[in-house]
Amino acid sequence: MAKNRNVIDALPRPVVTLLSSLVAILLALGICGLLLLVTGKDPIAAYRTILETGLTGNKLLEMLKRSTPLMLSASAVAIGFKMNLFNIGVEGQYLFAALIAAEFASRISAPPVLHVLLTLMVASAAGAFWASIAAMLKVTRGINEVISTIMLNFISLSVMQWLFDNYMRDDSDGGLRVTTTEIAPSGQVPDIVDGRLNGVWLVALFVVFCYWLIVFRSKFGFRLRSSGLNSSAAQTSGIAANRMIVVAMLLSGAIAGLVAMQSVVGEEYAYGPQATPTGFGFAGIAVALLGRNHPVGIVAAAMLFGFLDSTSAVLQLSGIPNSIVKVIQAVVVLTVVIVNEATARYMNRRTAEQTAAALRADKVGA
Amino acid sequence: MELRNISKGFPGVIANRDISMSVERGTIHAIVGENGAGKSTLMKTLYGLHRPDSGTVAVHGQVVDFRSPSDAIEAGIGMVHQHFMLADNLTVLENIILGAEPAKAGVINAREAGRKIAELAKSLGVEIDVNSPVAELGVGQRQRVEILKVLYRGAKTLILDEPTAVLVPQEVDELFDNLRRLVAAGTTVLFISHKLDEVLAVSNRITVIRQGTTVGTVTPAEVTRRQLAEMMVGSDLPQPAPRTTQVREQVRLEVKNLTVARVGQRDLVRDVSLAVRSGEILGVAGVEGNGQFELCSALLGREHSTGTVAIDGNDVSRASVRERMNAGLAYVPFDRQREGLMLTSSLWENNLLGQEEKFTKFGFVNVGAARAACRTVIKRFGVLTPSEEVPAFALSGGNQQKLVVGRTMSMNPAVLLAAHPTRGIDVGAQAAVWEEVRQARDAGLAVLLVSADLDELLGLSDRVIVMFEGAIVAELLPREATPELLGTYMTGAKVGS
Repeated sequence: MAKNRNVIDALPRPVVTLLSSLVAILLALGICGLLLLVTGKDPIAAYRTILETGLTGNKLLEMLKRSTPLMLSASAVAIGFKMNLFNIGVEGQYLFAALIAAEFASRISAPPVLHVLLTLMVASAAGAFWASIAAMLKVTRGINEVISTIMLNFISLSVMQWLFDNYMRDDSDGGLRVTTTEIAPSGQVPDIVDGRLNGVWLVALFVVFCYWLIVFRSKFGFRLRSSGLNSSAAQTSGIAANRMIVVAMLLSGAIAGLVAMQSVVGEEYAYGPQATPTGFGFAGIAVALLGRNHPVGIVAAAMLFGFLDSTSAVLQLSGIPNSIVKVIQAVVVLTVVIVNEATARYMNRRTAEQTAAALRADKVGA
Repeated sequence: MELRNISKGFPGVIANRDISMSVERGTIHAIVGENGAGKSTLMKTLYGLHRPDSGTVAVHGQVVDFRSPSDAIEAGIGMVHQHFMLADNLTVLENIILGAEPAKAGVINAREAGRKIAELAKSLGVEIDVNSPVAELGVGQRQRVEILKVLYRGAKTLILDEPTAVLVPQEVDELFDNLRRLVAAGTTVLFISHKLDEVLAVSNRITVIRQGTTVGTVTPAEVTRRQLAEMMVGSDLPQPAPRTTQVREQVRLEVKNLTVARVGQRDLVRDVSLAVRSGEILGVAGVEGNGQFELCSALLGREHSTGTVAIDGNDVSRASVRERMNAGLAYVPFDRQREGLMLTSSLWENNLLGQEEKFTKFGFVNVGAARAACRTVIKRFGVLTPSEEVPAFALSGGNQQKLVVGRTMSMNPAVLLAAHPTRGIDVGAQAAVWEEVRQARDAGLAVLLVSADLDELLGLSDRVIVMFEGAIVAELLPREATPELLGTYMTGAKVGS
């Protein structure tokens, strides 16, 4: 046992983190296996189906495609998390942004690349606008952003319904397709792999990279993280809390605005209450938690969720309820959070011990 | 009570090593040692907050193994913490019986409780209205409530952790009277302190702890203050010996009619006016909680206030914290962990806090330069750490404080607000911090020094002001300020000219 401790003690931090995440995922699979067993299904068969279907080329492409909105949503949530700001309103922000951006894109005409860029910018602006309401309420009136962003999700849906039904709905084809007017080809983003993976995936990767650059390398990011780690110390050091809240919330909303863009400019070329996917705002919270608000973690977690999602249709075919995929995702988040907490405590103790040991060695040396 | 070879280790902090001592029943036994010598760890062991790695504790000759404070309470050991743990909105009686309510069929028998408390209060020699809310009590009375609370639970051994830290000299005398009565009635008191005069005045026996282990046990008659201090420190005791200074003409910090108001409360800071000149240290004395914290917060720009503040002649009354810092203001916070550090971040990131603008290129943090700056601070202030990569929580409190002070001083401020700059750090580090502050002062820095340590305050300051209930009630020169005189002002018993 003592020897094992020594082996783990010698491992560098990223390896320990990776190992602990793997342990958490295995733990989650074990728990879900038990669940399947209790409900009379064969867990081995279920997992084999997941692996066999998931690890084919087409399904892996689907995994990447499904990871796109998750990466974006998780980055949006993570920016807030980094300063203990809980943006639960990504859902409302991205749907609002999808409607506005789709309507905007269908009304303008511009050269190919510019058309898409303008659309993305409008989407970001719309997302940021919706998030700014919660930011303003918090800064001027001290209203908790968790409450206001949740409530703004509902308001967003109602506002959109009104806008869509009265002003933006396109019934020119007789009402079969309930969407906004289709975006012209110049405003459409082509697929990387035909029919399987859209170019917006690259945009999502780029956004995650920007997330890393801004949060972990910039002055603004340092202030953001400082405010999150110890807001009292940050304010004492002259970091203006209110300004940080507003900027962080706007950034979060701007990223959130892009969540549905794969659908809007890459697949459906329009917004529609049925056509545009919902629920990614909440899935993003889970992905951000799973990825520990770290860019690499976010990409990995989005891939894992995308992978599991991609297998759910096949599970259904082989008689296993596909909701087990959602259960696995949820349990993974829980186990990862718990195992991470344990790992963090272990790492903190290890760091403290190693520091003390290094100091003792220093003294003996001198 | 008998302790044999108690050892307790924690990563990164000095804990206890091979501690042995015996405490006789019906005595006041003091445990003295510097901050960080391991007194609190020992007390936590005695009170069952953690178990020793090795060694035994015996009460009345029986070896005990406390797994939790309730085990300790059952054995008749009670603890009065340094920070009071009372519910403000409950009455004295409610606070005392909380968790040990005398009840019949779920109905609290308040009369019974009241009678018992009255008896206890009488034996202690205090008068207290059991029906007044704790919120209305002063610090000294709150402490008495804490003591009554412990006695109410049947404690025969009282542990008092730094009980005088929050009291003014007169209150300290009253407390000691109470303790003497208790001891005469057969109670045992363990008294933890680092204030030698008090220890010599009240104890029957004194055990000295240094670097986690017992150095020896003496009686007050055997030793002088100086000898005791040397036992504690292990070498000669440094003191901030007064030095001749040249206070210059130039006023660097000027405050006029500063008031911090709170809705529904009396003003936290009331009409404070002061000026600190270049090369001057202005000491602020006062019992904690009399507006010192709010004064500093207001000067820093964190707390809304009325009145004017000028730094080097520039009016910064409406300026933000950062603008004031850019104007030359720097702050050593009251509580380094709450207001000064990001504990899980590396030292260089902690050092960067507040000066991130200086180390930014095109919006990105210049990590190399920031690390180099931190290494400079580590070297100049003797922060004991393997590198600047270590997270702040891994350092001892003293070294954390050195980093905070170092960071502040390396910003080359014009005006320094220093709140308890040497709280909880060892003697060597204390001397180093004093020296740095002095050198900067000699170079023209203006310092507003808030401290609970009267030696530090009188030794360093050129002038001392006393705050009581948010207002300045006296201004004195260190040489005319005796602890008694200061105490009189600190309790508001007298208002100076």
